[in-house]
Amino acid sequence: MLHIKCPHCGIRSQNEFSYGGDATIKRPELGKEISDQDWDNFVYNRKSLRGKHWELWQHLSGCRQWIKVQRDTATHEIFKTLKANEEIS
Amino acid sequence: MTQSFRLESGGLINRDKKISFKFNGKNYFGYEGDTLASALIANGVHLIGRSFKYHRPRGFFGAGVDEPYAIVQLYRNGETEPNIKATEQELFEGLEAKSVNCWPSVNFDVGAINNFLKIFLPAGFYYKTFMWPKSFWYKIYEPFIRKAAGLGTASIKHDKERYEHKYEYCDLLITGSGPSGLASAYSSAKNGAKVILAEDKSRFGGTLLTSDVNIGNQSGKEWADSIISELKEMPNVTVKNRSQVFGYYDHNMLVMSERISDHLPKTKKYHPKQRLWYIRAKEVLISSGSIERPIVFGNNDTPGVMLSSAAKEYMKVYGVLVGKKPLVFTNNDSGYETAIEFKKNGVDPIILDTRKEPQSEIIEDAKNMNINIKNSYVVVAAQGYKKVKSADIAKISDDKEELGSVQNIKCDCICVSGFWTPTIHLASQSGNKTKFNEEIDAFVPGVSKQNEKTLGAANGIYTLEETLKDSFEKGNQISKEITNNDNKVSFPNVVEKKSTVHDKFWCVPLPKGKNYKRFLDFQNDVAVSDIEIALKEGYRSIEHVKRYTTLGMATDQGKTSNLNGLQLVSKIENKVVPAVGHTTFRPPYSPVSIGAIVGREVGKHSKPTRKSPMHSWHEKNNAVFVDAGVWLRPRYYKRGDENLFEASKREAKNVRTNVGVCDVTTLGKIDIKGPDAAELLNRVYTNAWLKLPVGKARYGVMLREDGIVMDDGTTTRISENHYHMTTTTAQAANVLSHLEYYLQLVWPELNVNVVSTTEQWAGAAIAGPKSREVLKKLFPNSDVTNEGLPFMGYMEADLFGVKAKIFRISFSGELAYEVNVESDYGYFMWEKIIEAGEQFGIQPYGTEALSTLRIEMGHVAGSELDGRTIPYDNSLEGLLSKKKDFIGKRSLSRKAFAAEDRQKIVGVVPLDKKTSIPEGSHLVKDSNAPLPNPKLGYISASCWSVEHDNPFSLAILKDGKNMIGEKLFVMSPLKNKVIPVEIVSSHYVDPKGERVRS
Ligand SMILES: [Zn+2]
Repeated sequence: MLHIKCPHCGIRSQNEFSYGGDATIKRPELGKEISDQDWDNFVYNRKSLRGKHWELWQHLSGCRQWIKVQRDTATHEIFKTLKANEEIS
Repeated sequence: MTQSFRLESGGLINRDKKISFKFNGKNYFGYEGDTLASALIANGVHLIGRSFKYHRPRGFFGAGVDEPYAIVQLYRNGETEPNIKATEQELFEGLEAKSVNCWPSVNFDVGAINNFLKIFLPAGFYYKTFMWPKSFWYKIYEPFIRKAAGLGTASIKHDKERYEHKYEYCDLLITGSGPSGLASAYSSAKNGAKVILAEDKSRFGGTLLTSDVNIGNQSGKEWADSIISELKEMPNVTVKNRSQVFGYYDHNMLVMSERISDHLPKTKKYHPKQRLWYIRAKEVLISSGSIERPIVFGNNDTPGVMLSSAAKEYMKVYGVLVGKKPLVFTNNDSGYETAIEFKKNGVDPIILDTRKEPQSEIIEDAKNMNINIKNSYVVVAAQGYKKVKSADIAKISDDKEELGSVQNIKCDCICVSGFWTPTIHLASQSGNKTKFNEEIDAFVPGVSKQNEKTLGAANGIYTLEETLKDSFEKGNQISKEITNNDNKVSFPNVVEKKSTVHDKFWCVPLPKGKNYKRFLDFQNDVAVSDIEIALKEGYRSIEHVKRYTTLGMATDQGKTSNLNGLQLVSKIENKVVPAVGHTTFRPPYSPVSIGAIVGREVGKHSKPTRKSPMHSWHEKNNAVFVDAGVWLRPRYYKRGDENLFEASKREAKNVRTNVGVCDVTTLGKIDIKGPDAAELLNRVYTNAWLKLPVGKARYGVMLREDGIVMDDGTTTRISENHYHMTTTTAQAANVLSHLEYYLQLVWPELNVNVVSTTEQWAGAAIAGPKSREVLKKLFPNSDVTNEGLPFMGYMEADLFGVKAKIFRISFSGELAYEVNVESDYGYFMWEKIIEAGEQFGIQPYGTEALSTLRIEMGHVAGSELDGRTIPYDNSLEGLLSKKKDFIGKRSLSRKAFAAEDRQKIVGVVPLDKKTSIPEGSHLVKDSNAPLPNPKLGYISASCWSVEHDNPFSLAILKDGKNMIGEKLFVMSPLKNKVIPVEIVSSHYVDPKGERVRS
């Protein structure tokens, strides 16, 4: 079970969180024209990376904040966690 | 029966307390402190089972967790449990155990014929033999294998025992209470660190219980006892025996199973049988010691052949002799310690040492005791079928290739020592890159990935003095980093006998003309010849060899067999062992009961049960409940001997003709506040929300980004910047997360807050043509006329002094209202509604009638909004705004979603107007078409229409728009039904929707 550092609450066990997918995907702006391909890329197409990966988690049983977590998908090492409004650098 | 192999005195057992037990139906006795194994050996019983594949007789090989053979079926307090190691099971009064793997009995075993047919059962025999013909599998192969093999029978009864889970945090978790565990626990505890010390066995001390050493003028055991009692007194230390740390997981989380009651005849009241600990440790010190490994020779699986350390443990801990004419076969000094112990107890052992001229303090001692020592000697083969009767021995050449002439000597046991293998399972599980240590011929932990360190024998350190020094120091260092204390512990004076190097000899060559089976893996019957075959057939990777031969795949995970297997592969392949590499160690280290893993989350406790504030009223009024997600909801209210069908029909009919009341507390409720609340709704719902006036409700549909319907519900504008959203019971949690996602990550600029208020409000739906009459009585001071509270209207009102919210919304399709009050007033509200409705014939209705009412109205619910349908499929396309963008809109223009003949919701009526249609059935054009019959659609929900008094269903049907009036067939192969049906509109009742506005 992973140990995730919520930027709001501190270190908590994985079972307080729920996984939310790739954190680097940006939702296209509402009302803007977008090609089928770009839309498919946003909705469906994901890389299944081995290694460092920025992903979203929600601290569901805690502060309910969505957070960004940089995790190694192979080793589960967590390098960094950010608040929702902090940009991935 | 007398205990002919019990020593007159000695051991750590309590000779004042006799314990009687049964093995294979026969009565025996032992003493308190015995294991089942030690008690059986004391009684001269060595035949305990049959081997897995060849059904060869099996005895005892070890004295603890490493035991590959002695697995029994245990009977305790009316329950039975398979896969119990006799060497671990502590004796209790009334214990009963039986052999496994033998049919019909341990003494006469039909499967043993495999032993004589072994030519047919070589490596990969499962893959080869039982594959063809395929049709033989179920009827012939599987039943035969199941009967003849297996490691016991799982009980099919409900397990009445309680198992618990515990979460714990600590600075240091120390796994094993041998010298390294005790020393490191002591020095780290002295620095004030929070320490958990876990010992697998019932007794603390590990090898200190059996070795002849002196620490600070105390015997090993005395020293261990004094350290443990001091640790137990310290508030920062948790000391646990019968507790095995079996898994090392990510981020330094380890799992330990504590056997609390397995050693007792019966679990004490309010006690669990076992407890599973999830331990998050800052640092882990692995002090799991080492396991003696065997030397491979002919018939080395015969009962009576066992590890020399086990023989010593039986004498020193249990006061039991494993034999009275022992042969000790060793390649190192450990065998001498066992021999000396025999001699001390008046038994004359013979030592066969593979080494030519070893010299050490221990060997000197043995010589001084006049023990018969034969150097450069090996056991070629054990003789005897159900028990060792003699041994073929021979001199071996210096290069270990040639055997001298074979002679036979009488003996009743062969105690083997092939040196020691560090127990690196936990380190390996943690991701540690292990390395091969040439000196000890085994793998030891290398570079750590997590916060773990391995101490003592588990790290390949085999002298006590070095182990203690290193462990005291590591414990002090690591705890110092955590607590900033530095309390030095004075190092005790250690006296131990010095030993000399071991001989890297592990397998005795076969004498000319002999073809003895030489076993590597005792539990899975894998012999040297099997590995040879696998390699001949082209298997190279050790992982493949393992799977093909099943080497190390049994429940003992090859604790005694792995290294010898590797030695063999490396020898044949002409590689060094580290190049072959070892297979991956996976948790659990030793089998864990399913009960412990599941814990308390069984049956009704598998999830929380939520009840509405009106629950007790429903109970009092004969409600029959149904699980709706985590909620318990009334399914129907039973009157007399009504069944579900009759009751729900009555309840639904009463809503259509009079008035009914339904508990809708379970609906998800989300409070939305802030100046941008309307904007949020406008973006997440498909329809327009910017112009909803205060005091009005609106129905809305939410999509996922992929265009699939996520949820529906009504949202009401309570005041300028305040909305009350309802969701379906099932999707409540998901919708909240969905809104939070967009607010926090996508549109942080929106000034809105959302919070769940599901538990804050109790809700009652009052539905039916007479519902307004009921409302008038409930709220005499409010204007609830059609003008004062029109359809989709909202008002706040006073319910006999309680603040209430009234929403004029309808799920049933009738004139209807939903009244909400704060949860604590829910029961009061409900009683008032029943009271006020009495003169109008009000009846409570459950979820079954609720379904009936919505189905015949064609209102969609969870069975249509099932994560596979878009708005069009549910005839909700009228709610899609053309003017604005919303979540998921772009997906709806994808080709398949815009197809002309796309699936759509329809109504289905059986032609005979009688036959009920099973939910989930398929709709087909031709019921006699050859399979696979093209499926046109599926039945999503069925009911008995109370309006039309015949069965009615909803279906999602391909090209549903153009199918109204068509005749099709419903097919349910599961229920063996073919029903001719007509497709009708999904709005089977009041298609114009006049009633809700009346
Ligand atoms: Zn948090």
